[in-house]
Amino acid sequence: MPDTFHIHVNAAEHTVAADGDTPLLYVLRNDLGLNGPKFGCGLAQCGACTAIVGEEAVRTCVFPLSAIGDAPVVTLEGLGSADKPHPVQKAFIAEQAAQCGYCINGMIMTAKALLDRNPHPTRAEIRQALAGNLCRCGTHLRIVRAIEAAAKGAAP
Amino acid sequence: MTPRTLDRPMAVVSRRQFMTGAAGLTFAFAIDRCDIAAAAVSGDGANGAILSPWVSIARNGVISIMSPAAETGQGSMTSLPLILAEELDAEWDQVRIVPAPVIEKIYGNPAFGGAMFTAGSTAVSAYFTPLRTFGAQVRRVLLDNVSRKWNVPIEELTTEPSTVIHEKSGRRLSYGEIAAFAQIPATAPEIKPAQLKKTSEFRLIGRDVVRVELPKKVNGTAAYSIDLQIPGMIYGTVLESPVEGSTPEQFDEANVKAIEGVIATVRLPYGIGVLAETPWAAFDGKAAIEQTVTWNRTGKAWDFDSDKGMEAFAAAAGDLSVPVTTDWFKQGDVEDALGRAATVIEAEYQCDYAYHAQMEPLNAIAAVSPSGDAAEIWCGTQGLTMAIDTVARALGIPHEKIKLHYTLLGGSFGRRGQYDDDYIVHAALLSKAAGRPVKMIWTREDDVHNGRLRPQTAHYLRAGLDASGKIIAWHQRLAGDRVMPFTDPVRYELSGHKDLLLMLGVELRSYDIANQYCGLIYRDTGVRTSSLRGIGYTANKFVTEAFLDEIARHRRVDPVQLRLDLLKSTPRGRPVVERVAQMANWGAKRPEGHALGFAFIDYSTTLLGGVAEISVDRGSGDIKVHNFWCTIDCGIPVQPDNVVAQTEGSIIYGLGLALFERISIKDGAVQQSNFYDYQVMRMSDLPEIHIEIVATDNHPTGAGQMGTPLVAPAINNAFAALTGKRLRETPMTPDRVKKALG
Repeated sequence: MPDTFHIHVNAAEHTVAADGDTPLLYVLRNDLGLNGPKFGCGLAQCGACTAIVGEEAVRTCVFPLSAIGDAPVVTLEGLGSADKPHPVQKAFIAEQAAQCGYCINGMIMTAKALLDRNPHPTRAEIRQALAGNLCRCGTHLRIVRAIEAAAKGAAP
Repeated sequence: MTPRTLDRPMAVVSRRQFMTGAAGLTFAFAIDRCDIAAAAVSGDGANGAILSPWVSIARNGVISIMSPAAETGQGSMTSLPLILAEELDAEWDQVRIVPAPVIEKIYGNPAFGGAMFTAGSTAVSAYFTPLRTFGAQVRRVLLDNVSRKWNVPIEELTTEPSTVIHEKSGRRLSYGEIAAFAQIPATAPEIKPAQLKKTSEFRLIGRDVVRVELPKKVNGTAAYSIDLQIPGMIYGTVLESPVEGSTPEQFDEANVKAIEGVIATVRLPYGIGVLAETPWAAFDGKAAIEQTVTWNRTGKAWDFDSDKGMEAFAAAAGDLSVPVTTDWFKQGDVEDALGRAATVIEAEYQCDYAYHAQMEPLNAIAAVSPSGDAAEIWCGTQGLTMAIDTVARALGIPHEKIKLHYTLLGGSFGRRGQYDDDYIVHAALLSKAAGRPVKMIWTREDDVHNGRLRPQTAHYLRAGLDASGKIIAWHQRLAGDRVMPFTDPVRYELSGHKDLLLMLGVELRSYDIANQYCGLIYRDTGVRTSSLRGIGYTANKFVTEAFLDEIARHRRVDPVQLRLDLLKSTPRGRPVVERVAQMANWGAKRPEGHALGFAFIDYSTTLLGGVAEISVDRGSGDIKVHNFWCTIDCGIPVQPDNVVAQTEGSIIYGLGLALFERISIKDGAVQQSNFYDYQVMRMSDLPEIHIEIVATDNHPTGAGQMGTPLVAPAINNAFAALTGKRLRETPMTPDRVKKALG
């Protein structure tokens, strides 16, 4: 039988009825209608589903609902809006750092968590932090540039 | 192609080229193949409703322009309307871009006989002149109207963005103001090519703008088909036969139905579908079916093994007594030239199957009416026309009964837009069985297992050199798996049985080699194949450019100089070669353990030069690419930064194909499953990539995939320069590197 969970997502509280081992991605997309996190591989292999739980960028496709506890969950939708984008989002637009865009949720959320714990990463640190986030269009170089710009506060 | 409306009632084709819309001016033109057509306006005329204009100008100055191409990250949704806006002299900030409805007669791609098909990196090239002409015609109508209103000769009027100006009197009228009074002529004004802007007059073409859909991708509001919810929708997935052409025999249905959330199973001709309340329940149901299902062995690929298959391909290619299926390409007399040659050099190469790996697993939503006589489809596809054809065939209903809502694509690379787009058919058949809307989603494993792969090929080559070392004969025998008969039999017929997706790139059109021949030894393994970013060029240019490098080494001439010598009759190629050599500092000493390799390619008249700098870890067999330099001449760069972005992307895609991306087949089935056993390029693996556009005034040509085939030969040639050994296969995996190094 499903259990009841109270989770904090993008500064709002939600009550979800589901088994504790249900991956967070399913709940975000199907129950809460948050489509920023994407289904890409289902095995934490590609990073498209990344959201921030507490202070960590996690792979929501394998992150069980029961492991959230009291930690706040932030998805791409909670980071900024069309009118008030987050500095990382601004930098992605300024650098035109998206092609098909399907991986971009994961790139931005991973970058946000990186910059929160290491505000001035080296290029090598950025590349290492994003090594598990796959992009197939080949936008990598622009993504790295955008994160560097965001770190410098250089985004317009 | 029959026009059809999907979002509105049946179109009426009017004789007028222009029509008035309720909200302002509305202009509509049609593309009839490559010509500017006579009139084809879809409109019901009676109430002046706007149906399908290319452009409409509202009284508030907003200019709406249709975008006729699918958007998969390549930027056509921005660059095509921008081309029209250029000649219209529209203020870009006032332009709104509207995805065009699927009406081929108006919006069809001239490169594909008027079908709405976004493929082959053709969109900018094929729509360029028609869209410029439309823009100029609309501008002329605005000028005519102002000329009449002010009673001044049209020659005295000029435009600035979205404004008509009469300099003598200092009067100005905005396009929105003109829309309030303008009369629309019955026939479109004629615009001759010479009346279009000169390159130096461009205000938008050649200046970068923000891609229109990009901000939404960055804030999470961009909708891919996998994100859409349709009222009453349930979910589904399909376990396809591991081998094309086989059908399911038995499976334990009770086990599947016992899974919470599973609604039903559906037997399909080629697999078994599961309907469920959530995607995850459908996936669980599919996994349960996999445990017990048996398949009949009617499919052709059963027993096929790609390693053994490659041996057989290579044996056939290299054995001159094995007859070719067709003479693909002949120029001069290659046998005679080989007979006269002072030296004959021969070589063999092999290229493996590869998988698209677009990041969005394939999915589609279908809502088939309860009586089964109509359907709505939501999906991302490159082939808008073909998606409708596909569903019409699958459901046995007329095209007119199908309404297609196309979305942004989470990657594609040639995988979506085939004669029988499998994922769309799945959705349609599941919805028909369910009697309600169904969103069909594949898991990543399905996406890999059902992959329609880049074909495997084996190549045998001979070059004849005269006493001076000049190449006088180029002879190739290519054994390859068929692509077009499987992926697009209609275009295969139309092309006169030419498998362009397999074979393009074997002809050396830019190089001064008088006698050329390529014979095709055609094989049908039964393996699912399709176009993949770079199509036949990826294998065929790898082979050409690696073999040329062998010839340069044999002759002890510089590989760059060899290309320059061969480009005597293609002077446009020389700056591309010279500049990339300069960028890479070709000829300068490299750090210990590093070496450079060079490649040049012509791809549908886009020209590229590439240099790779590599080192090799002899213990692990890993090739490390440190730098990749690239020049590209794709004519007028409509959006230069986007040309660079596409070239970066296609090079990164090419790096994966060159180094490790490989699908193997055992007993007909794909052996890989997910990103743990099908690796793609990662952020941490990337070289520095340096790209320069060699801008020319030539008609724009493609940029979306042209860098991909450049990569493998440049790396391969660098490996030979570094080690003296030649790798004869792609991908150049660590195992193969270690084997080559002994």
